[in-house]
Amino acid sequence: MSTFEPKIVAFCCEQSGLPALEMAKTLKLKMPDNLELVPVPCSGRIETLYLLKALESGADGVVVFACYEENCQYLQGNVRLKSRVGYAKQIMTKIGLEGERLEIFHVATNSGVKFSEFLMQKADQLRLLGPNLGKIA
Amino acid sequence: MIKAEQKPFEEILEYLAPYNKILLSGCGACVTVCHAGGEKEGALLASALRMARQKIGKPLEILESTPARQCEPEFAQELSDTIGRVQAILSVSCGVGVQTLARHFPATQIFPGVNTTFLGETVAHGVWEERCQACGDCILEKTAGICPIARCAKQLLNGPCGGSSNGKCEIKRETDCAWQLIYDRSKSLGQLHRLTEIIPAKQWGVQSRDSGPRRIVREDLKV
Repeated sequence: MSTFEPKIVAFCCEQSGLPALEMAKTLKLKMPDNLELVPVPCSGRIETLYLLKALESGADGVVVFACYEENCQYLQGNVRLKSRVGYAKQIMTKIGLEGERLEIFHVATNSGVKFSEFLMQKADQLRLLGPNLGKIA
Repeated sequence: MIKAEQKPFEEILEYLAPYNKILLSGCGACVTVCHAGGEKEGALLASALRMARQKIGKPLEILESTPARQCEPEFAQELSDTIGRVQAILSVSCGVGVQTLARHFPATQIFPGVNTTFLGETVAHGVWEERCQACGDCILEKTAGICPIARCAKQLLNGPCGGSSNGKCEIKRETDCAWQLIYDRSKSLGQLHRLTEIIPAKQWGVQSRDSGPRRIVREDLKV
């Protein structure tokens, strides 16, 4: 039986992802074992390089918890994130990394259950994909 | 400013295949503005190259540096200490910067990471268009500040041609006809009479690249 436990780096917008995480913790919902949380003031703060660096530095998958579109406190943050994730995916294709290793998930402040469920599903998906062969451990 | 685009990733990987430690040198000037080879794009490319090589079991160590202007000898010289520690250089500056490093570091193999494309203007975020071909004999005073050499597909000096239709060029329908732009702007400035003057043929063999690489010398600045 495989002992591979994928490492997930989850960037959390402080306006949505972080409160959703807090709710998940309050409800004592399940979380993947190998999870690194990175709070950001807005998902628009995340540059393409952060996403690639996370993969390069050991993540098997990267997730960004962002506000729903048209619901960004800073108006365009999550729209900019979408472009940057798209660009990062283009680069990942060139490297030969699977697109599933990077994903945006939109949440509201009260989405604790969704937050937990998505991460658990992502961990399952990454377990099937196997380790990120591009990471430099 | 000079505009450039990153070369295809596979092509860069192929250049670097024989090496396991390189310097990736960006440039803090033009290629930073067009997001082709500044500090950020250099870091992205370095990260992608490291992962691609890791993935095939041939790790690549990349030192990163971004001189303020790679095309200036003083800034290029900043890389001197690093050069001795690498087997090759990948430069994501324009072709001028690549050649400056080639001149300063004759013993080190150097590869271009971008295709230097044109002298252009930022027309919108993420969109750049050609505006100048450095012909060496500017005639913008005659053409309402719009260059027919860079912007007319046929480089007509006394246009437009018969292919101009509804203000668009017959070569590329999405491209504005330069001579339509020149006419419209001259008209709005009340300067249409300027267009009655015939612009003589350019002496391409004198001022332009046709007579070989050009050189500017300012005796008063030489030391």
